[in-house]
Amino acid sequence: MTDPLLEVKDLHVGLPAGGGRMYPILQGVSFKIMPGEAFGLVGESGSGKSVTSLATMGLLKRPLRATGGEILFRGRDLLKLSRREMRKLRGDRVAMIFQEPMTALNPLVTVGRQIAEMFYLHQGKSWAEGEKLAVEALANVRVPNPDRRAKNYPHQMSGGLRQRVMIAMAMACDPDLLIADEPTTALDVTVQAEVLRLIKELCTERGTAVLFISHDLGVIASTCQRVGVMYAGTLVEENWTEALFADPRHEYTRGLLGALPRLGSRSSHGRQRLVDIDSIIDDRSKLTQTRFISPREEGAPA
Amino acid sequence: MRLGFNLVFGGFLTALVILAGALAPWLAPFDPVLDANLMNAELPPDAEFWFGTDSQGRDVYSRILYGAQISLTVGIVSQIINSVIGVTLGMTAGYWGGWWDDLVNGLTNVMLAIPSLIFALAVMAVLGPGLVSLLIALGLTNWSWTCRIARSSTLSLKSQGYVLAAQSLGYSDLRIMFTQILPNMMGPILVMATLGMGSAVLSEAALSFLGLGIQPPFPSWGSMLTDAREMIQLAPWVAIFPGLAIFLSVLGFNLLGDGLRDSLDPHMRTRKV
Amino acid sequence: MSAPILEVDNLHVRFPISGGGILGTGKRTLYAVTGVSFSLAKGECLSIVGESGCGKSTTALSIMGLQEPSEGTIRFKGKPIAGPGAPSRMARAKVAQMVFQDPYASLNPRQTVNASLAQPLRLHGITGSEAADRIAKMLRSVGLTPEQGTRYPHEFSGGQRQRIGIARALILEPEIVVLDEPVSALDVSIRAQIINLLLDLQDDFGLSYIMISHDLSVVEHMSDRVLVMFFSQIVEQGGWKEIFENPQHPYTRRLIDAIPDPDVALGHGGVATGVTQPAAPAGWRFGSDGSTAPNVFSPPEPSELVDVGPEHKVRLLRA
Repeated sequence: MTDPLLEVKDLHVGLPAGGGRMYPILQGVSFKIMPGEAFGLVGESGSGKSVTSLATMGLLKRPLRATGGEILFRGRDLLKLSRREMRKLRGDRVAMIFQEPMTALNPLVTVGRQIAEMFYLHQGKSWAEGEKLAVEALANVRVPNPDRRAKNYPHQMSGGLRQRVMIAMAMACDPDLLIADEPTTALDVTVQAEVLRLIKELCTERGTAVLFISHDLGVIASTCQRVGVMYAGTLVEENWTEALFADPRHEYTRGLLGALPRLGSRSSHGRQRLVDIDSIIDDRSKLTQTRFISPREEGAPA
Repeated sequence: MRLGFNLVFGGFLTALVILAGALAPWLAPFDPVLDANLMNAELPPDAEFWFGTDSQGRDVYSRILYGAQISLTVGIVSQIINSVIGVTLGMTAGYWGGWWDDLVNGLTNVMLAIPSLIFALAVMAVLGPGLVSLLIALGLTNWSWTCRIARSSTLSLKSQGYVLAAQSLGYSDLRIMFTQILPNMMGPILVMATLGMGSAVLSEAALSFLGLGIQPPFPSWGSMLTDAREMIQLAPWVAIFPGLAIFLSVLGFNLLGDGLRDSLDPHMRTRKV
Repeated sequence: MSAPILEVDNLHVRFPISGGGILGTGKRTLYAVTGVSFSLAKGECLSIVGESGCGKSTTALSIMGLQEPSEGTIRFKGKPIAGPGAPSRMARAKVAQMVFQDPYASLNPRQTVNASLAQPLRLHGITGSEAADRIAKMLRSVGLTPEQGTRYPHEFSGGQRQRIGIARALILEPEIVVLDEPVSALDVSIRAQIINLLLDLQDDFGLSYIMISHDLSVVEHMSDRVLVMFFSQIVEQGGWKEIFENPQHPYTRRLIDAIPDPDVALGHGGVATGVTQPAAPAGWRFGSDGSTAPNVFSPPEPSELVDVGPEHKVRLLRA
């Protein structure tokens, strides 16, 4: 078996709660992402899925602090890197796309120039070369009329187009790992479907691994090979996507899946009452005590 | 509420001014107007006259304490008038929109284009000097920023779900403005009013200094400076202490305003994780 | 089906947009809702689906009386409730109420739960112990305790706030409740609880729902009938079964295909149309891939809703 691209080992993140104590935000999260693999983290608000992605990017904001564990990217512990080394890695080897494509883009600079900056910063290209490459990058994310669009400012674009620009920027330097934190939550459904397809195709084409963060089980199911379910700062279940949806073992995962109205189920089974997660879980505080991490060797998809 | 330095120190200075004004009859060793005695004129500070005496032999310390009453009255009353005008115009303009909004906007822009002191001078010229005309003049000149803030808050608040819900529950427009919108924009309005108190105190001093505000012999910090003008080299204390009083009270109001803004702004609050 | 309690007939909403240019030239008209007609029967759940900007929310606001129609009539039990001859704000408060999408913005942060429920009651002449009883009963109906009524909105979770929003919508006992994306801002597990609650309340109080949503799995679960809107017009309408099992308009199919559903993604179950996409019949007004978005500043081309089955209509270009 090859070495993992990213290995998060027993990651703890805390929030200082006064008196030297730490309020735990992440309590020992561990998972691996293989090169070229799409890994999904799914959870509800406050589950710690976004904190995990921010920690991986080295973007934890004070007062949040990693208090233990390792984040190994190609064997190097990202938590031990200096700010400079981390900056060099970010955007180049590890890239990120965010939920809100409007706030993540500079409103005063054309999108072409913003993409060109990636080539300028990370590959030492001149601005002129960078702008040429930017048009190419826009074409790669299937933006129609890329040479004209490169001269647009973010506000002249729709939300879907802006998210494509974000993806073009993230993929500009052919990163090894793309972190996508709720990349389609702010978009309309049909646009979401297109953006998801785009991310999937681009990453398969280039062999980019993806860490996909979402609250939407459907989004994760349609994009990822392996899924981790987070609850209260803990990875409570991890499995191959097929297996997880077919046979959820953790009661929280079972509750989540049952709570979801499924398309077509009313046609075949009539309207069934959705599962109230609190009715099948006796004690939420005990949920994090059991974890079902199925080994990668078992039931790996062909 | 988060207690920052600005809030605490500004609050302390403001409290000092309020106490000085409120307790002046008990704290002042002399009457600010009647205890004139030319025998004691222009005495430097000593054990009897803490801040010295002015050209007519009146105790500067006592006059400053009584002067606090006038400064506070001017600051508070003029800001109440400003806020009422600004909020009423801004909130109705933002809520109703249309021609009324255009009119209020135009008026606000005109007010912002005229230097407020000049406008106050014009009003004083018409009304004649005195405390009441001073209050009216300052109350009519500084509502434009409050109005703008009230209008923009209303614009953002009126699309909130609870305002729409209130409309569909049958509330009248006025009821919606007073129960749903006004309470939710009190924070910034209060901050504006506190900051405005500082500038009102300065304007009062300036107008009194020009002879249009509080008339002698009544002690206002501004008119005390006017009196001090001719003997600033012989008896500097007559100018220094009212100047210091103006400085500290304006500083206090401004710090209090800044502190209130910081602690009332929801973005500055530590958020639950 | 009994006589409809709400009839919307040929509703148009247009917004004048003061465009750029000196002297306010370049004034344009935005066509937000164009010729929308439908009726709502007592006790049914009618969903209006579509993406942002399709006019579904403007339609809902018109029904609520929060948006004046440019043209068309809205009748409640035969009497007009919009335009000339419309009842007062007070009177129409008992016709329809609304549950909003964002549970954080839909409650006044400066009012306790009791206050925000008591105020509308007082306005409509119900005070004292009768009001207190009704508030306590309503809080219990939505799954809260009367003791929680003394708290402020920030003391509640998103799901509980949505319950308070529902309580406020129901306190005047309206016949119609407009649900504007009632669960899309909520966490998955909370979503199920609110959906179950809404369905229970519909049964218990005989409520009629108009639900605005872009989430088709929720729509399929809750609705009796569905209207699909695209760029200001209804492009398809019908019973939920027809819309989900036999969608006709290419846009409807696109919407259904776009839903990220685990079953569909993993290739078991789901809707049949996801697999076999029949070619769009000739004469559709919109490109079958939806890529040619119509210009919202010009009136749409003439087209009509054509019956393609019992209670199932689809929009076709006028021949």
